[in-house]
This record gives sequence, structure tokens and C-alpha cells, in this order.
Amino acid sequence: MRVLGRWRRPHAVPPARISTRDLVREALAGVLQRPARSTLTTLGTVVGVATFVAVLGLTATTGAQISKRFTVLAATEVTVEDIAADADLEGPPFTPDAESRALAIDGVDQAGVYWFAGSRPVGRLPMADSAKLDAYPVVAASPGAVLAMRPTLAAGRLYDEFHDGHRQHVAVLGQAVAQRLGITRLDTQPAVFVDGVPLTVIGIVADAQRHGELLLSVTVPRATAEDLWGPPASGDPTRMIVETRLGAAQVVAAQLAVALRPDAANRLRVTAPPDPRSLQEGVAADLSALFLLLAGICLVIGAVGIANTTLVAVLERVPEIGLRRCLGARGRHVAAQFLTESAVLGTLGGLAGTALGATAVVAVAVLWEWTAVLEPWAVLPAPALGTLTGIVAGLYPALRASRIPPIQALQR
Amino acid sequence: MSTPAVEFAGVGRTYPGPPPVRALQPADLIIEQGQYVAVVGPSGSGKSTFLNLIGLLDTPTTGRYRLDGIDVGQLSEPQRGALRGRRIGFVFQAFHLMPHRTATENVMLAMLYTGVQHGERAARAADALASVGLAHRVAALPTTMSGGERQRVAVARALVNRPSLLLCDEPTGNLDSATATAILDLFDDLHRTGVTLVVVTHNDDVAVRAQHVITIRDGILEERRYPTEARP
Repeated sequence: MRVLGRWRRPHAVPPARISTRDLVREALAGVLQRPARSTLTTLGTVVGVATFVAVLGLTATTGAQISKRFTVLAATEVTVEDIAADADLEGPPFTPDAESRALAIDGVDQAGVYWFAGSRPVGRLPMADSAKLDAYPVVAASPGAVLAMRPTLAAGRLYDEFHDGHRQHVAVLGQAVAQRLGITRLDTQPAVFVDGVPLTVIGIVADAQRHGELLLSVTVPRATAEDLWGPPASGDPTRMIVETRLGAAQVVAAQLAVALRPDAANRLRVTAPPDPRSLQEGVAADLSALFLLLAGICLVIGAVGIANTTLVAVLERVPEIGLRRCLGARGRHVAAQFLTESAVLGTLGGLAGTALGATAVVAVAVLWEWTAVLEPWAVLPAPALGTLTGIVAGLYPALRASRIPPIQALQR
Repeated sequence: MSTPAVEFAGVGRTYPGPPPVRALQPADLIIEQGQYVAVVGPSGSGKSTFLNLIGLLDTPTTGRYRLDGIDVGQLSEPQRGALRGRRIGFVFQAFHLMPHRTATENVMLAMLYTGVQHGERAARAADALASVGLAHRVAALPTTMSGGERQRVAVARALVNRPSLLLCDEPTGNLDSATATAILDLFDDLHRTGVTLVVVTHNDDVAVRAQHVITIRDGILEERRYPTEARP
């Protein structure tokens, strides 16, 4: 052995480096060489992204469905009621030609007035002691009002202008009332006695899309009711129901009060349904907020899964890390490799999750015969969401890997 | 006179503890280019500390170390890492091969961080594998290879960057005697081609193959020289 007495200046040492292409190649190799582990690692992201896409897709799909329902029912109904301080003093709110005035407005399909004519004893036979009879609500409604309530008949027919105009003693029973009274068929022209007055039952209502209380009521023509029991009491004001064409409710509502009572438009309060678009947006926004939160939770769970598995992988691959450090890799090279692997896993999970989520949306839509709605803004960035999840999840394990000293790594 | 491969001037290593442990006493040492040196000593004597220092895996607490004339004490950690990757080849007892990669891919890994173009790596890896007698096993996975073949792949990986120093840590520790002899014959061949070899071992059969034997006892370096004619 001998010792040299002089020392030279250190030579320039070219830095260790790895190209991006090599980094991606190494990361892909790391992922593909352990297919089972990689598949299990990506499951969290797959579930998270699939939930994200499915939730957004199903929200949009159900939102459209809800909107459609709202549009065809609630969004075509306008009601008008009397808000006069003293109806007895000011006279009836609706003129006799109120229905024709309403029908003259473009966009109106049906219109009619109705009021609650009180609960009255109803029986199959005239009884001296009406207190022994059950009382049922009696609704006085013009034919147009009954049509606007969209009833479905179980038997018989509805009354019409002829019945109303001639103040005929006819009634339409709700199915529940008919059953209580034991009326199941109409070919025998059964009658009921309301307050002791006989009314021929000409129809039984099985369902009503609007004003479901028809099922529990006895409905009589407006003029007949007035004839029998007088005008509506001040406690039960007359109302008008108007059915409009799709999308016309707002416009009709704006004109209705003046059209019905040009002399006292302020006396009438017109209630239009909420704007279907804002309603749809509101419902969709509420659902989206809720389900986005759920999707976010799923993604966090997925990220924790990736982070956990990657951390375990780092610990298992300590000898490999040591080898790479011996071969000249810097800590940040090791970190970059693990981060890239994590990002690749996240991206693959994101792609698989997007496909799975989209499939789920289409499957549900087909099953329920809905129209599948998949917004591009929700589907297209979903794989990137997986990548982001992978990167975030890989940060800590990558940092841990970069800090493993080669000596420690090679002692394994 | 050519630049020595390794120069230690008062190089020592003390671990701070507590209590502080002086794992390697300050020592002077020169290993010339092309020398074949064995490092022996009982367990806990400081062999691993010596290997870590000479392999730039650890830094001395005292003294100065020059590798190929480069004062490594003046280098940053990334520079030391780069120097390690380019100038030192490692052969481990446990081979440290990537099980899912072929022999060629394992050897190519050594060139990943040294700036060798990807297209050139395969050819150089094939040459390195041929030089250790594995030209016929370039596409084999380590899991399908014998222990001797795996160690030859590790040697090829260590040599592919044409390092100044080949550091071997118990290279025959996991091999049967016949395979170990074949590996030692390979080292002899490498020595004849001018490769500088430092082999850390506790096996005297391995040590007697070297030109020089450094013994480490209680952290103190001593040198024994085998006369060429006395070598088995």
C-alpha cells in the first residue's frame, strides 16, 4: 500500500438522468409485470371513478325523467282563487262565462270552476235520520274542471255541459265512496241520496292525476250544486283549474286574471307551477350535489386504497430501490418512478371505471326504459380523475421510496 | 504512473450512536488499476462499512477518498450517485436481479441512469452477457436460471458500464462449490483483462485467488500479500 501525497481537483461528473420515455417504460413494466397486484390496486380507483360516472349519468338520466313528469303534469296546471276580503259583498268571483273566457286564451286546453260544497250525508236509500249516514265531501265542479283534473274512470262516464246546463241530478263517485256504498256497476242506474236528494250515479272515478281527493268525494255538476245547496259558502271559495298546453302555463297565468275579471283582476290570485326549467335545474342541482359528494367519498376511498397498496409495494421493493440507487438512480428518480407507476395505475383504473360507470348508466336506463343521459363533461375527464387520484395517492409512497438509503435497501 | 482506482487517506467511519461506534479506524489504502483485492474478516469487523465507503454508498466521517482520482468528498450526493453508477459495478450475494425481467433487461437496467441511448443498451447488454458465457441465455428469466447463471447475469450487469471498480459482496455465498469455482474462474478472467476487483468475503478459498488480501479486525485494516506462486 502507498499513499499519494497530492490530490487532484474533482473531475466533472455527468449527472445521473433518466428520460421521460424510459421513466414511462419502467413504470409500465412495473405495472404489467405484476398484473394481479396491479389489478387489485386499481380496483379502488375503478370503483371510485365508476361511481362518479354512474352517479353523474344516473343523476342526469333521472333528472330528465323527473323533469318529464313535472312537465306533463304539474307544469301544465294553473289555478285561480278568490282572495276578496268579503266575497259576499263583492259578489261571485267568476262570471258565468269564466270558462269560455279562459278557453279563449291561447294555450288553454281545459278550464272550469269548482268548490267544496261541504260534507254531506250520503246513502243508498232516503233516510229520515240523516245522522245515521256517513258524510262524504261533495265537490261542485263544472265539466271543464272535472276534465282538467284528469280523472280515469272505473265505470260509466263523466257529466257534460248538457247535464250541467240542465241542472240534472247526476253525480260521479270516487271509487272509495262507491265501494263504501256498495256500488259496483252502473248498468242498473243506481242512485245515491245526498242530503236526502237523489242523484243518479253516472260514473265512478278510479284515479285522478290532479286532485286525488276526487276518489273520496261525490262530484256533482256546478249548476246542480248551486240549485240544491246554493252558492259556495264564503269559507270555501270558488276556484278555477286550468289545464294548459306544454310550456304555456307561465304565459297563460300571466293573462288569466285580466281575462277573467278585467274589472277586478286584483281579486284573483293566479298560481302557476314553477318554471319547469328552473325546477329541473333545481332538482338536478340538489341530486348532483348529493351524489357528487358520494362519488368524492368513493374516490377518496379509492385513493387511500392505492396509497396503501403502493406503500406496501414500496416496502416490498426495497431491495429493488437499493439496486437502482447502486446503479446511480437519485432519490427523485425513484420517486418519479413510483409516482409514474401510481399515475399509470390511476389512469388505467380511471379508464376502466369510466367504461364501467357508463355501462351501468346505460344498463339502468335500458332496464327502466329511460333515456340514458351521459354528459360529455362528466365522462371525458373521468380517466383524468383517475390519473389525479393515482398521483395524489402515490405522493407519500413515492416520497418514502426516495428516502430509503441504498445501504438499508441492500441489507434486505 | 496511472491514477490509482482507489485512494484512502485517513478514511474512517464512526456511527454517532449513542453510544458512538468507530466501525472503521482511519486508514490509508491504495488499490491500483487492475488489482484483484480480497477483503476478509470476521462478522462485525467492519467489512460492510468498508464496502459501503468504497462503493460510495456511505460517506466517511474522517479522511479523504479518491476514486479514479476524483475527490469524492467534494461531490454532492447526486454527483456521488452518478459516479457510483458510472464507475462502480456491484455484485451481491443475493444477486438482486429483477425476477420478471429477462437477463438482457436486467443488464440493461445498469445503463438506465447513465445516459446510454435505449437502442444501444440491448447490444451492450448482449455483449456483456456473452463475456460471462451467457450468450445463449439472453432471453431467460432469472427464475428459470441456476444460481451460477444468475450470478453471471449480475456480473454482466456490473460490467456493462465498463466500471473502474468491480465490488463483490460475498459473491459465492449462495452458490455450491462447483458453481462458486466457476464464478471465481470468471473473476480471474476479468482480472486478466484488466478489471479492478475488490471482493469482500469470509471464505479463504475466495481470498486466496486475489493478489492482495486486506484483513479487517475490529475496524482496523491490515494487508497480506499472497506471492503469485503461492496462489492456488
